[in-house]
Amino acid sequence: MISSVQMASKSKWALILSAVILIVFFLVSILAPWIAPHDPIQVNLAIKLSSPSWEYPLGTDHLGRCNLSRLLYGARVSLGFASLIFAASLGFGLIVGMLAGFKGGWIDLLLMRFCDGVMAFPNLVLVLGIVGLLGPGLWQVVIALMMVQWVYYARMIRGMVVSMKEQNFIAAARISGSSTGKIIRRHLLPNVLPPIMVMGTLEMGWAIMDISALSFLGLGIQPPTPEWGAMIQEGKAFIRSQPELMIYPGLMILFVVISFNVLGESLSERLGVKRRY
Amino acid sequence: MFIYLIKRLLAVIPIILFAIFLMFVLIRFSPVDPAEAYLAAANIHPTDEILAEKRHEFGLDQPLLVQYVQTVKDVVQLDFGNSYVTNTSVWQEIATRMPATIQLAVSSIILSLVISVPLGFLAAVYKNSLIDHLSRLLSYLGASIPQFWLGYVLIFLFSVKLDMFPVEGRGTWQHFVLPSITLSLALIAIYTRLLRASVLDELENVYVVYGRTRGIKEKTIMVKHVLRIAISPMLTGLGMNLGKLLTGTIIVEQVFSWPGFGRFFIEAIFNRDIPVIQSYVVLAACLFIICNLIVDLVQLYIDPRISRKGMAQS
Repeated sequence: MISSVQMASKSKWALILSAVILIVFFLVSILAPWIAPHDPIQVNLAIKLSSPSWEYPLGTDHLGRCNLSRLLYGARVSLGFASLIFAASLGFGLIVGMLAGFKGGWIDLLLMRFCDGVMAFPNLVLVLGIVGLLGPGLWQVVIALMMVQWVYYARMIRGMVVSMKEQNFIAAARISGSSTGKIIRRHLLPNVLPPIMVMGTLEMGWAIMDISALSFLGLGIQPPTPEWGAMIQEGKAFIRSQPELMIYPGLMILFVVISFNVLGESLSERLGVKRRY
Repeated sequence: MFIYLIKRLLAVIPIILFAIFLMFVLIRFSPVDPAEAYLAAANIHPTDEILAEKRHEFGLDQPLLVQYVQTVKDVVQLDFGNSYVTNTSVWQEIATRMPATIQLAVSSIILSLVISVPLGFLAAVYKNSLIDHLSRLLSYLGASIPQFWLGYVLIFLFSVKLDMFPVEGRGTWQHFVLPSITLSLALIAIYTRLLRASVLDELENVYVVYGRTRGIKEKTIMVKHVLRIAISPMLTGLGMNLGKLLTGTIIVEQVFSWPGFGRFFIEAIFNRDIPVIQSYVVLAACLFIICNLIVDLVQLYIDPRISRKGMAQS
């Protein structure tokens, strides 16, 4: 039998490694304008589809744009919008979950039935449906993803609030005169934080996959904005002559998403969070 | 048992009503006027007169509540209207395209079960062995590879480089290979982990020790008892992940130019073909629920302990 110490150290390395990779990606996305060698949307047909050189380390695409710069800027788009979706859906889910959990009664019933309704759909089908009706475009995709994601946070937070609000330490805080706001801030939030961290990490990975899938389908980010999914869509035409055009952006997505998944799993192991899926 | 079934079936109704409601609200709040979308899709130049006529035809001049009741009535009578683009009924369009999508889905489910059942089982029985690590790696990859990219990488390796399988289209068994692999990898990832976890849980049980002390062959205990019970949570996973399969078909059909309903749905989004979009989402929800129901029933059959619990509740 493998000892628990060994397990812990294994997950510790996975945690550190995935965290480091993600920090690097976040740094790249912030620093892209300074570290990218060229303007990612600067078209130069004279040097289209050129092979790697000192000037263009990963070559250029069909419009003569620097591949490396586009990949670096792509991190900005993917991580930026995934973070935005995460923050917005968490914020909204937190408000609704707390409200439903604390108030109970018909508010709780109504809100949770609504959440159940949204969860009854396959996720991406609903997102595609919303984008279909609102029309293609980056902001429509962001709105659609937020509309679907917040439900999961709301449900989880509501469940935790309901199970916690009956416990003694909350009752004690209430008896000693703490206001509801203070109870939420000082006692509830610290307790719901670990599962939120785990869920948030995993959802970041999904959001990046979904954004890139929608951009690939032509529904999300529109050219010439450098986005990994859209780059694969553009690069696939050159699959015979220059397959690296579509291979590089896919590797970027794979790296980021796998890091989020490994990080999420190691966190859930460390923090002792049970996952539903 | 029968009452349980009826109860489950009745529970489907509010969800479908909700689906219709959600679509209805979205259409009304979307910046696009269905009448204008229709004229744009049908290539008719919009004049005020024609617009007003179409609005009246679609019932857009009625109060919202009347419109909603009408929409529900239509869906209950399984009338999804006509596609704005092709002007044939949506049902007809579904009927011609659904078989291709279902074939793809079924072949992917079969492929993923064929791989993940032995893999997950062996990974649990030989925990921390090479096969366990391999299955872990595969499940991380499966959960993190963008499906459309995997499709193109497979095309690059097996169609462009090795020239083994066709790039796109449908017809022979060779056409099934790459799309099915693309679609099933994500499912294999999930099912393998699910089965591994539930086999490990099951191995903790006393009956395994009892079987061993009675001298029953290890193989018999594992296959006839452990696997039979452990497969049940995996079936739940199968039902719960049908959504992944469904959205997967949309993407895979796009990559391999597979003439299915998913591709038609994407075209409909670009054309603002509202009846098609609406019916796809509503049907997807129905399909999702019904498949989950079927999975539950299969589980009842496999593990009688659940049926006793389930019936006690109902």
